[in-house]
Amino acid sequence: MRELKFEELEALAIGAGVLGTGGGNHPHLELMCAEEVYRRGKRIRLIDPWELADDARVAVVCIMGAPLVTKERLPEPIAILRAVKLMEEHTGKPFDAIMSIEIGGENAFFAMLVGMELGLPVVDADTMGRAFPEAQMASFAIRGLSVAPFAIADIRNNAVLIPVAESAERVERIGRKAVIELGSIAGTCAAPRSGREIKDHAILNSVGRALTIGNAVLEARKSGSDPVTAVLAVEKGALLFAGKIQDVARRTTDGFVRGRATVLGKGAFEGRTLEIDFQNEFSVAWLDGERVACVPDLITVLDEETAEAIGTEVLRYGQRVAIVALPADPIMTSLQGLAKVGPRAFGFDFDYQSFAEVPA
Amino acid sequence: MKRIGIDVGGTNTDAVLLSGSEILRSVKTATTTDVTTGIQNAMAHILDGGNPAYAEGVRAIMIGTTHFTNAVVERRGLSKVAVIRIGLPAAHSIMPMQAWPADLRACVEGPVFLIEGGNEFDGRPIVPFGRARMVEIAKEIRDAGVTAAAITGVFSPLTSECEDEAASILAEVAPDVSVTLSSQLGRIGLIERENATILNSALHDIARYTVNAFETAIVESGVDAPLYLTQNDGTVMQAAHAAQFPVLCFASGPTNSMRGARMLSGLDEAIVLDVGGTTTDAGCLVGGFPREANSKVDVGGVSTFFRMPDVVAIALGGGTIVDEARKAIGPASVGYRISQMARVAGGETLTLTDIAVHRGLMEFGDPDRVAGLAPSLSQHVEGWIETQLADLVDRMKTSAADIPVVAVGGGAALVPNHLPGVSRVIKVQNAGVANAIGAAMAQVSGEIDRVFHDVDRAQAISSASELARHRAVSAGADEASLETLDVEDTPLSYIPGNPLRVRVRMIGDLKI
Repeated sequence: MRELKFEELEALAIGAGVLGTGGGNHPHLELMCAEEVYRRGKRIRLIDPWELADDARVAVVCIMGAPLVTKERLPEPIAILRAVKLMEEHTGKPFDAIMSIEIGGENAFFAMLVGMELGLPVVDADTMGRAFPEAQMASFAIRGLSVAPFAIADIRNNAVLIPVAESAERVERIGRKAVIELGSIAGTCAAPRSGREIKDHAILNSVGRALTIGNAVLEARKSGSDPVTAVLAVEKGALLFAGKIQDVARRTTDGFVRGRATVLGKGAFEGRTLEIDFQNEFSVAWLDGERVACVPDLITVLDEETAEAIGTEVLRYGQRVAIVALPADPIMTSLQGLAKVGPRAFGFDFDYQSFAEVPA
Repeated sequence: MKRIGIDVGGTNTDAVLLSGSEILRSVKTATTTDVTTGIQNAMAHILDGGNPAYAEGVRAIMIGTTHFTNAVVERRGLSKVAVIRIGLPAAHSIMPMQAWPADLRACVEGPVFLIEGGNEFDGRPIVPFGRARMVEIAKEIRDAGVTAAAITGVFSPLTSECEDEAASILAEVAPDVSVTLSSQLGRIGLIERENATILNSALHDIARYTVNAFETAIVESGVDAPLYLTQNDGTVMQAAHAAQFPVLCFASGPTNSMRGARMLSGLDEAIVLDVGGTTTDAGCLVGGFPREANSKVDVGGVSTFFRMPDVVAIALGGGTIVDEARKAIGPASVGYRISQMARVAGGETLTLTDIAVHRGLMEFGDPDRVAGLAPSLSQHVEGWIETQLADLVDRMKTSAADIPVVAVGGGAALVPNHLPGVSRVIKVQNAGVANAIGAAMAQVSGEIDRVFHDVDRAQAISSASELARHRAVSAGADEASLETLDVEDTPLSYIPGNPLRVRVRMIGDLKI
């Protein structure tokens, strides 16, 4: 177990942005919250999953809702805190630690903010290793663990408990309905997990992965070297493309923002075109019509100069970007995993192929 | 139809008199500590000392000024602001001004209040507005003796009811306090909108004073024409509006230079090098307008939602100091004191201007004073300039293809006639006053940022365009000339009713 240093908060935000794969909302505002809590003297204690006792009880939390709402209402860790309390009351047992459902985007920070508030250590793990749009795409659900009981709360005095549910998909759908009524943003706490379950079924050391990426970017910016190269150097990733955003077509269906971005190449990619499909997060990349990367591998669009991750909601014409692919966790690329987060789960008519196996 | 463009910079005040697009007169004068004199000097020159023939038919005066940006950057002349945020029990995890630089915050921060109210994205109240609390707050503000207030409500760009109600209570209790409502500045994103709102209120005093000084100078110069100020997007607003919303003038300087470069060169796609006394700013014209920066740009260390032109500055200007013995160049500069300190001006400091005069690129001062310079030195300096500028151009480029470069600014002559990666270097007449020309040519815009529910995309965009059109017309645009400059539509995830956020910007000629 160790305390995160103040300087690491920014690295975490950058890394969580990269692992957000275009979704999950960039954690700018959550970083500001965390920095302020640090100034007040509180600290994030990060605990390695292997340090957890097998019978330790861990709260699995996230903020659920529309990213736009957070831009106006600001981050609401208090809502999660209420959901955690509700879960403790429901199960009659206190929690020993807390972890985030997803390391990608703003949710990377919520477990930290709530952990500081409750004095609980934060587990260096999550259930996605990136950002995904729905609850059944979490590793626990993929491995057949129940997502219910599931607590949802807002900042006023409203809370919803789903004590039982037949599937993770059902929790997702009931949860969304409730969240909309609560103002399209709410805090959630999923079924408590034991230390053993985390060691066996979580995406381990993903907080560390985000920190490593963020630190590499910060060091590169400081030394004047290329931060995009720095990201690739600490990941087994690949540079898919570099160029300028030419067009972004978006539409909403079933609450998701779906669409396709077209990027025109420059430099080594002059004259070539990359197209990226997205459903909240980037899902498939096509280089001159040939598929070069797909879910659950991570496809991330970075600002060419700063390596700051660019979300699907803020992509726009004229941005100069580098597109990288980073490897998914083995749980996600297992047969069970691909059934929930492979290309077919996102409506594509082809099977997963790792970007590393695509001929150059 | 004649118009006058004036650019009031930190060092120089430039002015031009245009008839249509023909430049009748231009002048570069020194900025004075009292703004009025500098403008009067410039006006006197371009109007030939009040010659009625020159002043006749002037229909508009456009001023571009860095005054308000500089006030923030230099923390000068700012008022203390009472800050009211409406959103409790939401919107309290980050306090107002939390991420501001400490020194700026110390200048601006007055009493800060969070109050219950605000709205959801769909217009429902979060909780009822804390009317009774607002009455208490208004009294506290009155008793605190602050003269400015900034009011920001959650989702106020969609519905401004809470802000309006708070403002009317404040007006009743403390009628002398000047107020900015965040909904007047628009754009979704509470922290950035609130920052802009606070800065705007902090600038109220200086803005009223400055705009008043501008107006006095113009009246005294004998021209009877309305005054406009330029904004960061290359458009203008009426002076009264600018006095109320000075933040809209941020970063108008580089924009004016680039718009002026476009007018002078006739090129819609080019890289513009604006060579001043201390720095060279490089920007990129795309479709005749400055390319905007990729990421958010801070003003004086505060993040706002204003999109700024994508400009990169390097330490290369007419005043850049050359160390003769060590052949070292810059980054130090004599800046605006060039007309006293440069060798050709009778001073003792060797500058890039001296080298340019020595090489016959520029006519300035007494060339005999640099006749004895070693040719190897001036070759070395020329090589350095070429390397610096070629690198700068390359950083601004979006493709490997050669692109034209337009050189403007007082030091435009320093730009070599050929640069690697550049199809041609265009040196235009009146390059030294490109910023004033850009100001004179500025158009008018109207912008809207709204969320639409349960309407199709075409309908949402057309409604938003109608609102933007209305705003442009009320800002003084000629309706017939209006064109859509920007449409951005973003569907919102995880929200029912297929909400679509639409941002539209219309732009047109000033109706005069």
